[in-house]
Parts: sequence; C-alpha cells; structure tokens
Amino acid sequence: MRRRAVLRRGGLSLPLDLRAAAVVAGLLGASLVGIVLHVGVGEYPISPPDVVRALLGLSTGDENYYFIVNVLRLPRALVAFLVGAALALSGAILQGLTRNPLAAPEIVGINAGAGLAAVTLIVALPSVPAALIPPAAFVGAVAVAATLYLLAWRGESSPIRLILIGVGIGAVATALTTIMITYGEIEQVSQALVWLTGSVYGRSWEELWPLLPWLALFGSLALLRARHLNALTLGDEVAAGLGVGVERERGLLLLCSVALAAAAVATAGTVGFVGLMAPHIARRLVGPSHGGLLPAAAASGGMLVVAADLVGRVAFSPLEMPCGIITSAVGAPFFIYLLYRSADAK
Amino acid sequence: MKDLGRLMGKVEAPPEPAKLRAEGLTLGYDDTTVIERLAVEVPPGRITSVVGPNGCGKSTLLRALARLMRPRGGSVYLDGKEIFSLPTREVARRLGILPQSPEAPEGLTVRELAAQGRYPHQSWLSQWSASDERAVEEALRKTVMLGLADRPLDTLSGGQRQRAWISMALAQETETLLLDEPTTFLDMAHQLEVLQLLGRLNSEEGRTVVMVLHDLNNAARYSHHMIALHGGGVYAAGTPEEVVTPELLRDVFHVEADIVADPRTGLPLCVPYGLRRHPSGGEEG
Ligand SMILES: Nc1ncnc2c1ncn2[C@@H]1O[C@H](COP(=O)(O)OP(=O)(O)O)[C@@H](O)[C@H]1O
Ligand SMILES: [Mg+2]
Repeated sequence: MRRRAVLRRGGLSLPLDLRAAAVVAGLLGASLVGIVLHVGVGEYPISPPDVVRALLGLSTGDENYYFIVNVLRLPRALVAFLVGAALALSGAILQGLTRNPLAAPEIVGINAGAGLAAVTLIVALPSVPAALIPPAAFVGAVAVAATLYLLAWRGESSPIRLILIGVGIGAVATALTTIMITYGEIEQVSQALVWLTGSVYGRSWEELWPLLPWLALFGSLALLRARHLNALTLGDEVAAGLGVGVERERGLLLLCSVALAAAAVATAGTVGFVGLMAPHIARRLVGPSHGGLLPAAAASGGMLVVAADLVGRVAFSPLEMPCGIITSAVGAPFFIYLLYRSADAK
Repeated sequence: MKDLGRLMGKVEAPPEPAKLRAEGLTLGYDDTTVIERLAVEVPPGRITSVVGPNGCGKSTLLRALARLMRPRGGSVYLDGKEIFSLPTREVARRLGILPQSPEAPEGLTVRELAAQGRYPHQSWLSQWSASDERAVEEALRKTVMLGLADRPLDTLSGGQRQRAWISMALAQETETLLLDEPTTFLDMAHQLEVLQLLGRLNSEEGRTVVMVLHDLNNAARYSHHMIALHGGGVYAAGTPEEVVTPELLRDVFHVEADIVADPRTGLPLCVPYGLRRHPSGGEEG
C-alpha cells in the first residue's frame, strides 16, 4: 500500500508519495549521521557534537576544529555522498530503461569507458585542469553506451545478453586503461591508479564543485522525466500506445544516466556496484514508481558510499581502504545473487 | 461529471466514435513483408475480431492500426485523417492498445498500473488531477479490481493480471480499444470473464473494440464483425455468419470442420474433425 497526498490548485496537480518522502528523509538523516561520524574520525579525532558545532560555525573547544572539519574533511564526505547518489541514480534509470534488474553503469561497462577516457587524459595530458576530466569521462561513457545500444538493445534482447555484452565492452575498456597505465609516466600513473580503484581519498572542495552542476542538471532532468520512465518500464509498445515519444524519452533518460555515471567516475574513479545495489534497496523500500524510486535510490547510494568510506577508514586503521573496494566486496556477491535469481526465473 | 468537464474544456474525446480504417496497407519487418495492400474498416461502436493462424500478421495489423509502426505503403486513417499526421498525444487519447502478453516491472501494484493509463491526459503540471483519480477508480471498478488494487501484479493469477492490464487501457478513456489476444493463457471461465467485460464496455458505453482472438467460437459469439487474415491480406470480413465457413477453416486454418448453429444463440459454431486433406501435401503461404 502506498499512501499519497496530492497538491491540487487550479490546473496544477502534483502527487506526493508520502511513504517515499518518509523513506528519503530517513535515508538522508542516516547519511547525515554517517557524514558527521566520517568527519570526526582521523589522525585527529573529533567528537560528533564538536563536529556538528564546527559544521554550524559555532565555537568549539579547539579553534583548529573549524578548519579541520570544514576545509579538510567535510568535502571528502560530501564527495562520497554525491558520488554515491550519482551512481545510484544512473543505475536506477538504466534498470528502468532496460527493464533489467542487473543493469548498472559499472556492470555494463559505462564506468570503465568513463575511466578509460579520464585516465587517458590524466596520463597523456597531465597539465589539463581537473574541470576537464568530467567532460572527458562523459565522452568515454557515451561511447560505451552507444556501442551497447547498437549491439545489445535492438529488438527484445534478453537481460543476460545485455549484461554479457556490457561486461565484454567493459573488459576491453579496462584492458586499454591498463595499457595507458603501463606506458604512462610514473607520477601520473600512480595518481591514476589510486583514482581507478574508486576512492574519495584527499578530495577537496576543488573536486566537489565541478561535480555539483552535473548532478544538479542531470539529476533534476531525470526526476522531471520520472513519469515517462514509469511508462517506459511497461515496454516499448505499451509506452508508445500511451503516447510516449519512446525514442526521444529513452534517449534523454539514457543521456542522464550516462552523464551521472561519468560525473561520478570523473570525481572518484570506479566505485563498484553502487549503481547496482542502491536501486534495489530503494525499490524494496518505496516500490517501482520512479517519482519515489529515483530520490530514494540517490539517497541510498549516497548513504552507501559514505558508510563504505567510513568503514574503509576505520576498520583497517591505520591502513586506509578505498571505498570502492568496500562497495565491491559487498556488491559483487549481491550481483551474483541477482544473476542466480534471474537465471532461475528464465 | 462529464458535462462539467466539458464546460471546463477538459473532455477532449469527440462524442462520436472514431472511424478507423486502413487502405493499401503494406507492413513488414526488415526484409520480410507480412501484410500487403490490405484494406480494412473497423465499424465504429462495434466489436471486431481479427482471426487467422499464428504468424499471419494479426499483431502486426493491430500495431499499425494503433500507430505503433509505420506502414511501408498505404495509410491508416482515424476519422479520415492520416494517423501519422495526428499528434501522438491525441492518438493516445482516442486509441488504447493492449499488446500481446505485456510485462510489468516487479512490485508494481494494480492501481499503479491502472494509473499509467492516464499518461496521455497528464502533463508536467497536472500529474494527478481529480479526473485522473476518478478515471482510475472507474476502471478498477469496471474490471472488478478494486479489491485487489493494492496488490503487486506478480502476486495475481493470469486472469486477474489480464483484468489489471485492461483497467490500464480503460483508465486511458479512449473510445476505441485494441487488444491483442486478451484471452490467451486464460482458462475458460476467465476467458469468458474478459470477453463479457469487453461486451459490456461496448454495449453500455458504446466503445469500439478490436481484438485478436484465437478461438473462433468465442470470436463469433462476442463480436459483431470479424476480419480473417490470410496470405498477407483479408480473406473475409463481415458478420460471424459470413466469415465463419467451412471454406475459411479449410483455406485459412488448414482444418476440415463442420459449421453448426449454436443451439442457444444461432451463431456459427465450428467443430473441426480433421486436418485439411492436401492433394499436393505442400504448404502454402
Ligand atoms: N518485431 C518483429 N521483427 C521481425 N519480424 C516480426 C516481428 N514481429 C513479427 N514478425 C514476423 O511477422 C510475422 C507476423 O507476425 P505477427 O503479426 O506477430 O503474427 P500473429 O500475431 O498473427 O501471430 C511473423 O512471421 C513474425 O515472425
Ligand atoms: Mg500475435
């Protein structure tokens, strides 16, 4: 049962899924707690109340806190959240478009394509500014999505076929990335390597700012198209019969998905399986309607990466584990479970 | 309710049932032609069944009538206007189509599915108006799905699921409904349930219904008009009595059958007794 309220005034009528709203609020609250804990840990531990005070600009016992919290540590936690949200949105859109619960940008090779383009830029042209990495990653992601579309999307291709071709394309992109790394200069290569494992280590406001406009633009575009995505999940024929401009809407939504994944990869490398897991969590919580599913997926994805980065920093201290390794450790078995279930259903 | 809506300029559907017809229609996929220079007319306000053997192009014809595919030749006309010259949204408000065995995403509830039928009536600013809500409730009531409205589709029986899809098509409030094999995979009682529902929609609301049916006896019983497809064209079209003949069964369905009058309704009933005796033994288109 999904309860909803409707705002109606004049010709305006907008439904609000109350349950989804509550779930999103809950997930955002949990993420906030995660961010506060995340900011508190480190070589110089700060208690959660002090973190909150520093975040709000109130006075704390130590004047270094303000700088440590707001300048050094907060951007990393925020980047983790935003990267997770972007990957999750991308995955939720892709799963809806393909009507395939296994689809996710990291699985069908979109992240690998973005990674290849970004590494190429880092290794070949080390002097380019960081702001150029997202557009480059975007080009790589679009190239993979286009190839995938041509090879695996036409007609009613089976879910497994799409995944297999995607995995293949991803493997090629990864191999090319390895070649780039092998022949690159050691300095750029080590930078690229850390980044490739999927890490928000050392991310500052400088990396956060270029991510924001992409997220805001394509995230809200996707949300505005949730209605069309809902119709598309009923299949092309039903959607066309309902009056959806199928090719146009699919193109726009695919663009959103690819752009969001690319922005995330450009910022934090390939943080694995978030785009796969978060939409499933969200669907469990709010159901398959994208008006509620997309925000819930974004919040789940953000929470996942914040939590993964927190675990990566705390659990193996003094070593630090990149968040991408943590998400993959959880996500890979989950993917196998989904594969198993989907093979069972066929 | 309806008059109020009209005063407010909310009811776009024309009061007269639309006339749907095709002329010189040629349809195909890639390098195959399925239908060639076919002409059909759908009588407005009546129930039409399209019959023919597997793969003869029934679904293809329905797709073309619903503007889901572009003809290679000829045109489909809705009220005299070439259907591709009309805005997508307008077509979707006047023609509803239910494809053969559609699939819903996991977890989607009956009510959520029915609400999708409102798509062509909605816009970004008007996503859930009072008339949307009313149309969905009506559709669920007519299909007797109100009691199951909050159940996910994947927990329902085949018959209930089919009724849920029909409620989506009803919520679309189109005066013409095209349904591709709405009774396939249903047991006899559920088949009759769906056919009776379509019969009521036609007799009580005057909706035009076009459906693809496999069972000739059901088609004869529940439709006013029948179109039999064969070899890429129309083999016969007319009343059930005119269409359901031993020749049709022999030429189109490749069976020998007796046609008797249904003792209850007087409508033709076919009783097959063997496969067509073929002198050459070969198959034809
Ligand atoms: N999407 C498609 N792509 C290619 N060929 C198709 C497609 N759909 C149907 N066909 C072919 O067109 C012919 C008619 O199919 P269809 O209209 O589905 O037949 P029916 O509904 O009468 O069983 C068949 O030979 C079928 O193989
Ligand atoms: Mg068919």
